[in-house]
Amino acid sequence: MRATGVKRAVDKITTPIWSWSLRNSIFPLHFGIACCALEMAASSAPRWDAERFGIVYRSSPRQCDVLLVNGWVTTKLRPDLRRLYEQMPEPKWVIAMGECAISGGPWYDSHTVVQGVDTFIPVDIYIPGCPPRPEALLDGFLKLQDKIRASTKGRFLED
Amino acid sequence: MTEEAIVDAVRKAFPEGVTIGGVAPRRIFARADRAIIYKLCEFLKNQLKFDHVSCVTGVDRIDRFQVVYHLSSYENRCVLEITVDIPRDDPEIDSISPLWGGANWHERETYDMFGIRFKNHPRLERIFLPEDTQFFPFRKDFKLGRQ
Repeated sequence: MRATGVKRAVDKITTPIWSWSLRNSIFPLHFGIACCALEMAASSAPRWDAERFGIVYRSSPRQCDVLLVNGWVTTKLRPDLRRLYEQMPEPKWVIAMGECAISGGPWYDSHTVVQGVDTFIPVDIYIPGCPPRPEALLDGFLKLQDKIRASTKGRFLED
Repeated sequence: MTEEAIVDAVRKAFPEGVTIGGVAPRRIFARADRAIIYKLCEFLKNQLKFDHVSCVTGVDRIDRFQVVYHLSSYENRCVLEITVDIPRDDPEIDSISPLWGGANWHERETYDMFGIRFKNHPRLERIFLPEDTQFFPFRKDFKLGRQ
């Protein structure tokens, strides 16, 4: 199939379709850790209405493609969060929301807070703020849409 | 019972080992030896109707540890604060959770943060920190920073 060029032709037709459907149906995991979860709730409430971008929160990691880490991660939570990440099917992305998820935030020298989610999960988008406003969260999701558009993920025929 | 009556009853029952540090309205401050803490609490619960443990916590005084109990009573309308000194190289004391179930998690937290062991506690394990934690973070010789 590769020799005859069929794969290239199919990819050329289907990649934009898969990319379009992926980036317009971002399903983050409904997993609130700390006060940033309130901003997450506000961003999906009527005033900001994240659902107009196709952002629908799902409660099972098996139905999600974005892990939104919103808050400090303690050493006790770390293995469970890693397990949630492992349970999500590919393709998947991770957003670190707020100072705590990025670097530990006010708990930069705490005995129990992990100093950044990227120490144990690969992070795609960082949204600074303490907490970030819902606009910032939506902007992060739009940045993620750009990233999905630019990436070649979602090809119909894998190599 | 008034605060003075409680103090008299405690002094009568425990002539040795208990020092009354002061009496304020609805508040009694006491110090006790660690050998008698269980018997003292048993007496307070059964005879003087102290029916609630508000808090059990620890203090690191660098040369020694302290365990502070706040026992309260609806009937006497009074809070009794008991401070117990324990040596730093042997941080062990009798558990009072057989008397009041509410002391269970307070003592577990004190163990978690200070490493003070409570004898006869039903389940003395870490409560906040992961089980494989190697340090006791509320001790004064624990240094903050990246672990």
